[in-house]
Amino acid sequence: MNIPSNRSTAPNGRPLEIQPKWRQDFPIDVADDELGARREFTKFAVLVSFAFVVGQCWIALKSWLRRRKPTPGSQRIAAIDDVAVGAAMLFHYPTENDPCLLLRAATGTFFAYSNQCTHLMCAVRPEMDQSRLHCPCHAGYFDLATGRPIAGPPRRPLPRIVLEVRAGSLYAVGVERRTI
Amino acid sequence: MKKRPLSRDERRSITYGILSVVVVIVLLQLWLLTATMNAYLGGDDTVVWPAAAASLICFGLNGGLLWYLYSIERTVETSDGDSP
Ligand code: FES
Repeated sequence: MNIPSNRSTAPNGRPLEIQPKWRQDFPIDVADDELGARREFTKFAVLVSFAFVVGQCWIALKSWLRRRKPTPGSQRIAAIDDVAVGAAMLFHYPTENDPCLLLRAATGTFFAYSNQCTHLMCAVRPEMDQSRLHCPCHAGYFDLATGRPIAGPPRRPLPRIVLEVRAGSLYAVGVERRTI
Repeated sequence: MKKRPLSRDERRSITYGILSVVVVIVLLQLWLLTATMNAYLGGDDTVVWPAAAASLICFGLNGGLLWYLYSIERTVETSDGDSP
């Protein structure tokens, strides 16, 4: 039997006919196998590349749908006197599915943030005495005054709820999402 | 003029080269996806469509390289029917 020039010979260098039976039955050429495997891996990598394009398109679609949504209107949260200094209050804005926290740090200083951690959406808890918000799920911390992450896994600040004071009441008038 | 079919060693070098480039591009796309997701969740919609276009271009490049890889195998098959 002739071994084609681009086939590897057996490790002992002898022709195939005098190789042990197991090698004759399974004459896989290692170099060819390697070539095929790398080609298949390249194909897989290209498939992954396609999956990333699908992911990007999905994000683009979600973004388009988000931009089509009407901007949230204003919503009364509470009367100023309803929240004591150093206290926090839970409310929902802009929809019933968006829990938020209203925090009164000083007499005239209010902050409001989304109550969902920017890591994996656990509820954050205010720690007013330490001027921070704490996420108990993975020990994430956010600065009380800015909502920016200061420790733990979160990388993005908490969405800030824009507040307005009208006739002794606090109103939520918008949501400000931030990347830094 | 008919092209000389590439030897297996040449094809292997080309395959490794293409695989390396494809992997680098895929890693770039992964970075692009995470950065875009971060921007989207942070309320920044401006980068979303350009990033999708960039990712599509990367996929086009990858597809072209894969097509080339298979085309050199086809050249070998038609010349001696000896391809794996
Ligand atoms: S969900 Fe808040 S730190 Fe992980």
